[in-house]
Amino acid sequence: MEKDFIVQLDRISVSFDQEEVLNNFSLDIRDEEFVTLLGPSGCGKTTTLRVIGGFLMPDSGRVLFNGRDITSIPPYRREVNTVFQKYALFTHLNVYDNVAFGLRIKKKPESEIKKEVTEMLNLVGLSGFETRKTSAMSGGQQQRVAIARALVNHPKILLLDEPLGALDLKLRKEMQVELKRIQQSLNITFVYVTHDQEEALTMSDTVVVMNNGIIQQIGSPIDIYNEPKNAFVADFIGESNILPGIMHRDFTVSFAGKEFICVDKGFKPDEYIDVVVRPEDIKIGDYKTAQLSGVVKSTVFKGVHYEMVIDQGGFEWLVQSTLSEEPGTLVGMNIGPDDIHIMHRNGLDGEVDEVV
Amino acid sequence: MKLFKAKAVSVPYLIWMAIFIIAPLVLVGIFALTDAEGSFTIENLSGIGRFTPVFARSIWLAAIATAICLLIAFPMAFAISRMSERRQNLFLMLVMLPMWMNFLLRTYAWMSLLENNGLINRFFGLFGIGPFQMINTQGAVVLGMVYNYLPFMILPLYSVMTKIDNSVIEAAQDLGASNGKVFSKVIIPLAVPGITTGITMVFVPSISTFIISRMLGGGGNLLIGDLIEMQFLGNSYNPHLGSAMALVLMVIVLFTMSITSSIDSEELEDMLI
Amino acid sequence: MTRSTKSSRAYLYVVFTFLYLPIFVLIFFSFNKSKSRNLFTGFTLDWYRQLFQNEMILRALVVTLAVAAIASVCATILGTAAAIGIQGMKRWSRFTVMNFTYIPVINPEVVTGVSMLLLFTSLRYFLNFNMGFGTLLIAHITFNVPYVILSVNPKFRQLDNSLYEAALDLGCNPTQAFFKVILPQIMPGITTGFLMALTYSIDDFVISYFTSGTSQTLSIAVYSMTRRKVSPEINALSTLIFAAVLTILLIMNFKDIRSENSKSGLKKKGAERI
Repeated sequence: MEKDFIVQLDRISVSFDQEEVLNNFSLDIRDEEFVTLLGPSGCGKTTTLRVIGGFLMPDSGRVLFNGRDITSIPPYRREVNTVFQKYALFTHLNVYDNVAFGLRIKKKPESEIKKEVTEMLNLVGLSGFETRKTSAMSGGQQQRVAIARALVNHPKILLLDEPLGALDLKLRKEMQVELKRIQQSLNITFVYVTHDQEEALTMSDTVVVMNNGIIQQIGSPIDIYNEPKNAFVADFIGESNILPGIMHRDFTVSFAGKEFICVDKGFKPDEYIDVVVRPEDIKIGDYKTAQLSGVVKSTVFKGVHYEMVIDQGGFEWLVQSTLSEEPGTLVGMNIGPDDIHIMHRNGLDGEVDEVV
Repeated sequence: MKLFKAKAVSVPYLIWMAIFIIAPLVLVGIFALTDAEGSFTIENLSGIGRFTPVFARSIWLAAIATAICLLIAFPMAFAISRMSERRQNLFLMLVMLPMWMNFLLRTYAWMSLLENNGLINRFFGLFGIGPFQMINTQGAVVLGMVYNYLPFMILPLYSVMTKIDNSVIEAAQDLGASNGKVFSKVIIPLAVPGITTGITMVFVPSISTFIISRMLGGGGNLLIGDLIEMQFLGNSYNPHLGSAMALVLMVIVLFTMSITSSIDSEELEDMLI
Repeated sequence: MTRSTKSSRAYLYVVFTFLYLPIFVLIFFSFNKSKSRNLFTGFTLDWYRQLFQNEMILRALVVTLAVAAIASVCATILGTAAAIGIQGMKRWSRFTVMNFTYIPVINPEVVTGVSMLLLFTSLRYFLNFNMGFGTLLIAHITFNVPYVILSVNPKFRQLDNSLYEAALDLGCNPTQAFFKVILPQIMPGITTGFLMALTYSIDDFVISYFTSGTSQTLSIAVYSMTRRKVSPEINALSTLIFAAVLTILLIMNFKDIRSENSKSGLKKKGAERI
């Protein structure tokens, strides 16, 4: 069953120094979901987060929380808590006092605080760290303190501003799993901001892809990956080959100088469109019988697969394969109908178009 | 980096500043340009011309003292900056300790040392040399300046030199620089902010002192500071002339600082801490 | 060049001899039986005894400590409040205020002292007061406040402004956020500023000279003593001051060393990964 919307941003506009960051931006977030705002630097995702948190007053528009207008309510009166990018731990307090901070402000009794803090430290895997000084802890540990400090207040929404950026790769992946586990066990809404598309795909129930303050696409990780709505999303998520093409009629498209069968329909006859093909979907074959053929320009071993750049008629294809070919070899490339994704041409500047 | 708006909190200070920093200086300006009856005049300023020798002497002696301080302090600051952290702290403490001794007592100490039958002359006497006239000379005044303000040259130089990593020196040597070239092409240019700060911190107090000249220079080596003091609390009471002198002194100081033009607020704060 | 060579060691010793020779001579002769500054005749503690009975000195000491204490506290409060307001100012206002703040720091002490004397003498046309402890106090506060501001400002610059937002996020209103989070973070700057003010006040001579009127600070008392007859009481005083300063510096250094040790110990323990 679909949950209700817990947060709704209604036509929010924000500008800094004459520059518009968000313009009539609207977004609905469902309760109990792990929602990720994904996009490059400057796309407005952090601004959106700060509007939800109350640290930024929009120039126009409303913020609704369970239907109630909270636009002018300051952060300390919203049922929202934040995990900051640089953790923002209070260095003059130890771990226990950091986590207990919000509860103490609410003047909860110390016995109750002790119970809550202990439980929360257990949840994030930091039992026994109560008296540690925050400055004497590793980045990953400080992260967990920040998370505990926010969650112990039982917010309805947890905002996370690129919290894993400062951690090394292995730790980051561990924490991604941790965060997802915590969100699911607590059943609250997480709004997560990142520029790392892999991270977004790993953790989210819903991904909101943003660019230049405009939502490019909203969907589940699988939808976003497999059915990008425009060239920006296709390019930003995963690796992809994007080329121009013509949709002649239903199920038939031509690009790279050849005609292909595909699985999309509903376009105008001979409509100019963009084609997306994922590198891992291209099969290497005999150049005499393949759909496309080209010359291998480079081959790099990536551990999981080989990554080749193949020059086909002037276009450089990125191909990932467990097979490898020497640079200079003439090879053939085959693409199955399922692996050809068609996008409308004018989706680049942000209008969200429907894809069949 | 604005944190939060709380301008109102600083109002008490702003009022205090207006009354006790700005107003007094405005008064100095007014007094400098008026005579005893209160009418406008530039005679105070022009009257300073009589005292040009004094001004010249002050600038000259302060400049010598500053140069000497720079020469002494530079190798010292460098040597300390290359030590281990423990020893650095120790040596810094040793440098700062005299600074915290009372300024008058430090200058007084030299009085007895430099006297005609003082310890230094008696030491020379052991070898059959002297006695030399050391006290009540210009040399004594310069000595007093150097002694009192040397730490003010060492500290800024040290502060700048600790930021010069050893690897920079080694890189220069690796590229073929001799010790002399390392100094002139690497260390000195990098130390310039400290040099200018140090120069300011020695030159300004040196040029405006009146204690050192009075205690070590006798009555015959008056400096600007002596003159000003005499106009206000001394025998020849003339606050207008004194204000004019103060004004000229301020101009000299401002001019010096615009030359060194190094007092960057962040540097000043870093240095004072 | 990075090795500590024998010659650089020798050089340092020479300079330190230069720095400490006069002080040690003073200390040495404080124990001298005769009044001579140059001939040591015998050991005695008489001068110390006399020093403690010297009313002028004792009174001056009290005045100095009182002025320093009161002025430092006032300057710290005034200066910290100023720094709080300053960090919220726009560029141009901040620039102006800071430049005026620098004036007492950069101006020669003679000029500052003289300008305040002018202010006070001018005010006496309208108000009835005498130059004394009050004017001395005002002058000290005035030249101390800039040092407090200069100590606290960097702490604001170093402050992670997400700390303030975190406090708000966790339920603090702005005032609570300031007292519970910001203030503890800038406290080292406040303490440093206070100590600097204290030091400058105790040591000040020139500005006090022009503004003290009927009262006397220790420096002024010493000055008048050196103008008149020579007495080894001055030497005794120097020795005591030297001992006091040395003790304070040693205590401060030991505190630093101890906190460094505990920090490095914690670092070793806290370096465990998850």
